[in-house]
Amino acid sequence: MFKRTPLYSAHQKLGARLVEFGGWEMPVQYTSIMDEHQAVRTAGGIFDISHMGEVMVTGRGAQTFLNQTLTNDVRKLAVGQGQYTLMCNEEGGVVDDLYAYRLAETEYLLIINASRIDPDWDWLQGRLDQSRVADGIEIKNVSDQFGAVAVQGPRVAEFINTSIPRGSLGGTFVASVSELKKNEIGVFIFNGVTVYVGRTGYTGEDGFEVIAPAASIESIWNQILADGAAFGLKPAGLGARDTLRTEVCYPLYGHELDEDTTPIEAGVGFFVALEKGEFVGRTVLAEQKAKGTAKRSIAFKMVGKSAPPRPHYPIWVEGREVGEVVSGTQSPSLGIGIGIGYVPTEFSKPGGQIEIEIRERRYPAEVVKKPIYRKPG
Amino acid sequence: MSTTVPADLRYAKSHEWARIAGDIATVGITDHAQHELTDVVFVELPKVGRQVKAGETCAVVESVKTASDIYSPLSGQVVEVNPAVEQNPALVNTEPYGGGWFFKLKISNPKESEALLSPADYTKQIAG
Repeated sequence: MFKRTPLYSAHQKLGARLVEFGGWEMPVQYTSIMDEHQAVRTAGGIFDISHMGEVMVTGRGAQTFLNQTLTNDVRKLAVGQGQYTLMCNEEGGVVDDLYAYRLAETEYLLIINASRIDPDWDWLQGRLDQSRVADGIEIKNVSDQFGAVAVQGPRVAEFINTSIPRGSLGGTFVASVSELKKNEIGVFIFNGVTVYVGRTGYTGEDGFEVIAPAASIESIWNQILADGAAFGLKPAGLGARDTLRTEVCYPLYGHELDEDTTPIEAGVGFFVALEKGEFVGRTVLAEQKAKGTAKRSIAFKMVGKSAPPRPHYPIWVEGREVGEVVSGTQSPSLGIGIGIGYVPTEFSKPGGQIEIEIRERRYPAEVVKKPIYRKPG
Repeated sequence: MSTTVPADLRYAKSHEWARIAGDIATVGITDHAQHELTDVVFVELPKVGRQVKAGETCAVVESVKTASDIYSPLSGQVVEVNPAVEQNPALVNTEPYGGGWFFKLKISNPKESEALLSPADYTKQIAG
């Protein structure tokens, strides 16, 4: 029996096709993945992300604890700012990738992957036990208390203030939601209820994520859908979420990232702040940044017509099988097969010619720079 | 949602259709099947000359999310494939019984068509 978010009946009413994802029953599409993908790229799409996890970290020692536990430098965050970051084990392998927001002076909100809520919580509790700054820190797993929606697309800023009116009461102080800058978060009131709105997303488009008490998320979903309809806003499912993030090469835990893969191998070393001091995994990551890694993540495009590349398809170079696809799809925006895979570092340069094995035939592809899709203009 | 089930075709349980004219059968997938798949992005067709048995996988249809096997409804030899559907896979969605056809067989055992479903029986299958 899979878990359901507070928006389950809303998905049913919209005729969504539901599938299992990370232990949850989620909408993969409402009309078609292509339609929903295009809606996000041209107007707006709203995604149910209530299955994701939320952890509150508060207290005098919160900043130090987080900086020892996460790879990015949390000291860079003023109140009302967030950052993409990763949590690694002692070997530099990724426990999860996540967003860390500073809500108040000593209050942080972590947004973690749905499939990793339990391992992350165990990991954080274990780290807290070991931490020498344990006094003055409280961590709380509030995942069950919150729902969330992601509203993504170039036109979202035109109507989001209608749905969540007036200015913020905390976090970044703005007179309206659309004045939040990228990676800023504010505390707003929706129908008398406190909600968090962050200007961030997972699609490569402008957008906002609204985190609200579970009991309020359905009325927020309905309000935003109603206000956005005239602007082309559509409900969008996990199918489109995957094609959108693959086009811009955002990692998905379990594909580009896992406990045996480091952020350096995955190509997200930018979010590893070695200079900040000690943190879990630093030794291995420092060595990898200095000396390089054996394997490396690549983005690739199929050359010409072919079946779409998919996770686990082998990658061949110069007549040898050398690696594996971890994410792949037909790109709705580009009309060609695209993907991300791991190969030995010597084959990871853009321009390199590779082959993808699909049902025992090999199709040509080319290593490209990330992101695979860039907004025109 | 109403789905089209043309009266002049025979149907396999696995949602392929066959239009039989003499000893040539044209094969494709039904409106119901294309609706389930939604956006078809790639079709892999059998080679001309290939011998197939009824029920054998002989083609692949890919949507954004999944690859689906296509089973030959009849036994015979592939005599023609449809280049249009390789060039423009969306034809499978827009013209499943017309321009979205997959291949033609020279059938080896005409009696096999009796084992296929009538339009009425296929309609019952997809309704239930």
